[in-house]
Amino acid sequence: MTEQMVNIEIDGKTVKARKGEMIMQAADREGVYIPRFCYHEKLSVAANCRMCLIEAEKAPKPLPACATPVMEGMKIFTRSKKAIAAQRATMEFLLINHPLDCPICDQGGECELQDLAMGYGRGIARFSERKRVIKDENIGPLISTFMTRCIYCTRCVRFGMEIAGIQELGDTGRGEHSRIGTYIGRSVDHELSGNVIDICPVGALNSRPFKMHGRGWEMTRHETVSPHDCVGSNLYGHVLRGKLMRTVPRPNEAVNETWIADRDRFSYAGIYSTDRLERPMLKQNSGWHEVDWETALAAAAKVLRSVNGDAGVLASPGSTTEELYLLQKLARGLGIHSIDTRPRQADFRDDEFEPLFPWLGHSIEDLERLDTAFIIGSNLRKEVPLLAHRIRKASLHGAAVMFLNPRRYEFLFPLTAYLSADAYTLPAELAAIVKAAAKAARKPLPAHLKDFVQAQAPQAEHEKIAAHLLQGKCAGILLGHLALSHPAYADLRMLAAALADVAGAKLGYISEGANSSGAWLAGAVPHRIAGGRKAALKGLDARAMFTEARKAYVLMGVEPELDCWDGTAALGALQKASVVAITPFVTDTMKRYAAVLLPACSFGETSGTHVNAEGRWQSFTGMAKPVGEARPGWKILRVLGNLCELEGFAFVSSEEVRAELKQALAEIAPDNQFKGTRNIYAEPPVKGFKRVAEVPLYSVDMLARRSAPLQATHDADAAWVRLSPVDARKLGITDNAQVAVQHAGARITLPVKLDDSVQSGNVFLPAGIAATAGFAPLYASVELERA
Amino acid sequence: MNTVRSWIRSLLLVELFQGLGLTGKLFFARKVTLRYPEEKTPKSPRYRGLHAQRRYANGEERCIACKLCEAVCPALAITIDSEQREDGTRRTTRYDIDLFKCIYCGFCEEACPVDAIVETSITEFHFEKRGEQIMTKEKLLTIGDKYEAQIAAERAADAPYR
Repeated sequence: MTEQMVNIEIDGKTVKARKGEMIMQAADREGVYIPRFCYHEKLSVAANCRMCLIEAEKAPKPLPACATPVMEGMKIFTRSKKAIAAQRATMEFLLINHPLDCPICDQGGECELQDLAMGYGRGIARFSERKRVIKDENIGPLISTFMTRCIYCTRCVRFGMEIAGIQELGDTGRGEHSRIGTYIGRSVDHELSGNVIDICPVGALNSRPFKMHGRGWEMTRHETVSPHDCVGSNLYGHVLRGKLMRTVPRPNEAVNETWIADRDRFSYAGIYSTDRLERPMLKQNSGWHEVDWETALAAAAKVLRSVNGDAGVLASPGSTTEELYLLQKLARGLGIHSIDTRPRQADFRDDEFEPLFPWLGHSIEDLERLDTAFIIGSNLRKEVPLLAHRIRKASLHGAAVMFLNPRRYEFLFPLTAYLSADAYTLPAELAAIVKAAAKAARKPLPAHLKDFVQAQAPQAEHEKIAAHLLQGKCAGILLGHLALSHPAYADLRMLAAALADVAGAKLGYISEGANSSGAWLAGAVPHRIAGGRKAALKGLDARAMFTEARKAYVLMGVEPELDCWDGTAALGALQKASVVAITPFVTDTMKRYAAVLLPACSFGETSGTHVNAEGRWQSFTGMAKPVGEARPGWKILRVLGNLCELEGFAFVSSEEVRAELKQALAEIAPDNQFKGTRNIYAEPPVKGFKRVAEVPLYSVDMLARRSAPLQATHDADAAWVRLSPVDARKLGITDNAQVAVQHAGARITLPVKLDDSVQSGNVFLPAGIAATAGFAPLYASVELERA
Repeated sequence: MNTVRSWIRSLLLVELFQGLGLTGKLFFARKVTLRYPEEKTPKSPRYRGLHAQRRYANGEERCIACKLCEAVCPALAITIDSEQREDGTRRTTRYDIDLFKCIYCGFCEEACPVDAIVETSITEFHFEKRGEQIMTKEKLLTIGDKYEAQIAAERAADAPYR
């Protein structure tokens, strides 16, 4: 990088600045604070608040620091009489219409306008005319508005255009009649929309769930990590008297920049839901009784020791690494080898070839530097919103972003190619791309794939994707959540790996849950022990442990009817077994099959570590007081280990658990080499309607499902059957009509949404929601009829 | 010489008569002690005694849950929980002052932007059970309702000096 530097002088201090950068940037770097409202380092320069006016030598008028590029020899005075006078005048104008309601404003105490008014405001207003008042709009359950307080910095508008990619908030009218609002009374629905709360410098846009509940100054701030997706967004938790009041982003350029997804921001509300299990419970004489911890733990240990290893252990991939390490240590110590953290995966062939852990293949930061990205089976925006943001940045920089998906999803950035195919033919489509790529690169096909790949006939779109992948110098192929839950996931991965080989691209996984990587490293998968080494005795995977019923199960943080690939099989097996559930939340379903319920701490109440998709270890401490008698998962497992008389459970802190695991992990590096060589065969086509299941954004885990504000959003309104209009016409089904979906004797009735993006023959029926709980496998043939 | 003079003073009991003279003077002077509780000293309108919460004339509580009193309280005696009431206004759901912690500094009434929390000139109160020293919102409002006329008069008297 040979950047031209210029010498400038800021308040008498000579500094170097990059040519073309703004005075504001140079001043920020030098630690000289210039007051500002509209300027934000992640957004474009608008220069409309005029608060950053400064004096420059030879300039006749004050200049806005955010929009004036530095020039050689420039002399800047940020605190001169002229500059201060200009800033004070700006402040006086801003305060003309801004209400003096700081005592009832939620921004009070953390408001940029309030802070700067202390320095630049006049004690007495000269403006005695009427102030302008603006009617508020309801823009959804997450953001509260008080637009009279708005100072028209347009940060929220620019956020929509530049970061979110959709302008949900806009500025209409001019001068005194300017209004910030949604254009047609719509709500603000983008999955990153909550960030406008942080960037709004005044109290115009605030958090609705937190509204009027607390003050910035009275809460203690704790560092934590989001428990929902594989990015592991850095958060600050704000705690008031032991209760987690809200979560806000903790800037970390390498992970989440300064943004977080709404799921990370508002899921905390779920912690205090009425579903919380507050005391240990035991099923005695067919009734549930609250018992003390000793009794409950003894009962749990008795169940575990009585089955001689004939048990299944299923944990949520959002559990902490420490919990998962202890869980697998406990299970393997008792001879239980069926332990898994991949409830939504169906296809476990090729487990032995898998890399150390499902790595993203790149660092998160590097995703935006890709010049070619090919994403297979992913509604990325709704699966991992912040990865979609990185890919969006890459796309805006000119990268070719391509998708292979079972239906057309809306992406708010330019796409080079989008292949939408019947969900059940994704392997064939991918094989066609492999064939096209191999042909274009003049490389031989791997022998084990030859038959299947040769049988495909690539179309123009396949060739286009292949050509872009071959051209790319820094190309990435990513497997998304829809690929992961695909019944032929192993085939998809084999083909993706072959494609990566041919194209010289890196293969990566967008793993589910916040800690899939940690689960693999801790050995919470049936084929690997802690440290990523191969297990001597391979247990049953998350699917087989239910189809081949066990005598007992241990569930940690999962609701199998919602989280498992085949909820029906899971419920069936659980009902016949003794089940120990270590869970923060309890449901009626859980009470039907469980024998012992142990209340575990939820997000924010326990210490631990999450390993994100790029392999970054992020530890956090417990910050909020556990609800009721809930205990951290690692402590519960530690005591269970002691009660089962196992060696090596004498931990006194989660840090000790992590240290022991770290020892087992000495000198490992992530790799995404997939060396599977298994022949792939074409599956016979399935006749009739076939279910495809997406997991809605706010139904991914126990906590998000219980967050009332998230459940009130449009994204959570998912209980619909999505059907292609062609199929609907054949069946005589109209939009919004009730339709009965049947599978193996089970029947549910839901309204229909006709959707052009759905392929004929596919029926999109979401998983993870109450309406489809325990209904059918995520991919299954179903029957449809009008209800 | 001095020794002789002091001998003479001692023999003539000069100091005793001086002392008795003062006693006699005060015996007939106007008394400054009061017969409490029948008699009471006058108090300044700024007197900082028992706390009260005030209402507006229409019966609406003044407090808007801004939490400034809680923030300014040097003894951490105030605890407030707040939420949005159904009519959309910002209100407290809990407003406790622990009078064992309180040092009667008056910062809370000083900080209050709406004159909701005030310290009245009431000095006579007692607690019989542990826990009674926590002045809840209800108690504070009851005191405010009962003594509103007195509180308002005191504020009015002090207004020119604020």
